[in-house]
Amino acid sequence: MAVRTPGRVVETNRVMGPGQTSGGIDDVVNTPVLVGPQRTPLWWWIGFSISGALLTLYLVSIVHLVTVGTGIFGNNSPVMWAMPIINFVWWIGIGHAGTLISAALLLFRQPWRTSINRFAEAMTIFAVVCAGLYPILHLGRPWVFYWLLPYPNTHGLFPNFRSPLDWDLFAISTYASVSILFWYIGLVPDLATLRDQAKSRFQKLFYGTLCLGWTGSARAWTRYMRAYILLAALSFPLVLSVHSTIAMDFAVSQVPGWNNTIMPPYFVAGAVFAGFAMVLILGIPLRRAFGFEKIITMRHLDNAAKLMLATGMIVVYGYFIEIFMAWYSGVEFEVFMAYNRVFGNYGWAFWLLILCNFVAIQPLWFRRVRQSPWALFLISIIVSIGMWLERFVIIVVSLTRDFLPSSWGNYTPTFWDWSLFAGSFGLFFTLFFLFIRLLPSIATAEMKELAHHDAHHGSDPWETIRPKYYGEGTR
Amino acid sequence: MPQIFPPNANAFAKWAILGGGAFFVALIVALPIYARTMNNAVGVPVAQPVAFAHNLHTAQLGIDCRYCHTTVEVAASASVPPTETCMTCHSQVRVGAPQLAAVAASWATDTPIAWNRVHDLPDFAYFNHSAHVNNGVGCSSCHGRIDQMAGIWKNEPLSMGWCMDCHREPERFLRPRSEVFNMAYEPPFDNRPLGLELVAQYGISHEKLYQCSVCHR
Repeated sequence: MAVRTPGRVVETNRVMGPGQTSGGIDDVVNTPVLVGPQRTPLWWWIGFSISGALLTLYLVSIVHLVTVGTGIFGNNSPVMWAMPIINFVWWIGIGHAGTLISAALLLFRQPWRTSINRFAEAMTIFAVVCAGLYPILHLGRPWVFYWLLPYPNTHGLFPNFRSPLDWDLFAISTYASVSILFWYIGLVPDLATLRDQAKSRFQKLFYGTLCLGWTGSARAWTRYMRAYILLAALSFPLVLSVHSTIAMDFAVSQVPGWNNTIMPPYFVAGAVFAGFAMVLILGIPLRRAFGFEKIITMRHLDNAAKLMLATGMIVVYGYFIEIFMAWYSGVEFEVFMAYNRVFGNYGWAFWLLILCNFVAIQPLWFRRVRQSPWALFLISIIVSIGMWLERFVIIVVSLTRDFLPSSWGNYTPTFWDWSLFAGSFGLFFTLFFLFIRLLPSIATAEMKELAHHDAHHGSDPWETIRPKYYGEGTR
Repeated sequence: MPQIFPPNANAFAKWAILGGGAFFVALIVALPIYARTMNNAVGVPVAQPVAFAHNLHTAQLGIDCRYCHTTVEVAASASVPPTETCMTCHSQVRVGAPQLAAVAASWATDTPIAWNRVHDLPDFAYFNHSAHVNNGVGCSSCHGRIDQMAGIWKNEPLSMGWCMDCHREPERFLRPRSEVFNMAYEPPFDNRPLGLELVAQYGISHEKLYQCSVCHR
């Protein structure tokens, strides 16, 4: 646990607080990782216990699902896709901000990515784990999920490559493997630092094994940097491709409300939107708990909020263009879908969605709000709820009222729908709590490079352009 | 700073990576082989409560398949004969033979003989014997030379891939209707010309034959 000096925390708009040194970064980031179990802070134990309890609920739900079958869910004709797919899309969307921060912002040379990329990437991986389990679990027979893979099976069949559900498999598995690789490669030098600073024999062996014999030689660094940039280049397209593929699950079908060409870009924007909300939900308590205020500064919160606002407005544009296109197309099913979405029996979900994703983000136009951790935390939670509602509106509301009135129906989630969803938070946060306890949640090697730059050249071109705002040391 | 790991740790790491890769490749090669050989129970005799010899009853005594499997031409199931069918002969022939003790007991106590299933398709696959035997699929095409088997075993894996071999190209296997119950039927070296004729004659649609819902209803 970082030693926190009482009193007001000095906030800054710079990419990092002034006067950061390599040793100082190590102290702040690595000390809480390396303290012994008896000095693990109480808040960690409380958070970990709650997450563990939810994880238990998740496991119980899975056991019940596997023994009884998918009948435990509320899904039924005509709503064959419901909570499991809503939650799947929601979780996979959350991952996107991590990839955007780690890969896209690296390639665009944005110095403010450095301190938030590590935990954002971890968030991506854990979100992909939660997401990836849903399509498997909602199969009738989850134990034969590998039938989706193109392997030399005895069925005389290959997966249907024209099916978007198979594209899902490739999108998710590619995303998971590239994200894990990128995250791990980034971790290697930091793990070596931990190995060198470790006190106990167990820690030395643990971090020593994980860091793969990193020596820190110039040659190792050259190759490391090359690999890192290459992986960033590999990851970058995934920001756009993964959620586009998920969007195709809907867009290539014929259901009114799904069959829209706008789906892929609109889903990607929604994913980044939800992802930045999650980055803030995790980042704001994290910086407070570990005392990272000089590493994750107001600048990071401000920029994340700006991206949230921008992508949020793209998503809102998507909502309105869908309604416009329904009217413009003149297709009676589309017109009815739009009417039903807004004024139908699930109309409350649409208006709640507008409230969460449109109205709630408007305060982000003001710097005072963007620089208030409490306000950002609250807005991020509202946005997360809004993005869940968005998937609910797209999936459930479209399916309950499709072409034939005779096959209309309603949908009510069951206890197990909710328990599996609540349980997936348990999985996510259990992994996240283990991550912040066992691994450095800030990329220290990159931060040290940034600190060096900052000390000698200034860290950020904005400081020369807007010295009054960014250049000042304190706010 | 003292070394954490002994010098041979590097070699260990290298071999672990190589070995892990080799294990993964071996697994990918081994699993399909396993699924195609040991796991499909082809040629493994299934023990039965009565040591019924198909070869004795058909090839040597000349009883037609349909004498016992009565519904093979009209129903989905070919039907396993009830004890009554056995007793049509064995009430007169070899009465009291020790090999027939279980049949006699079944007859006396009026309980069916608990035969063990040999060809067990999964419940999600629909199979209809009549559809096959009425359209030129011979008994021996799937069951092999039952007339030469003293015991009973699967002659084919009954995997979906095996079904699809014929459902994709029925012309490779079809025979004239008159030859369906002929266990000794020898197809021509190239069955296709005859097969295509038969496909047309039986009115078989290639498109329908490999639709999912033909078997998965």
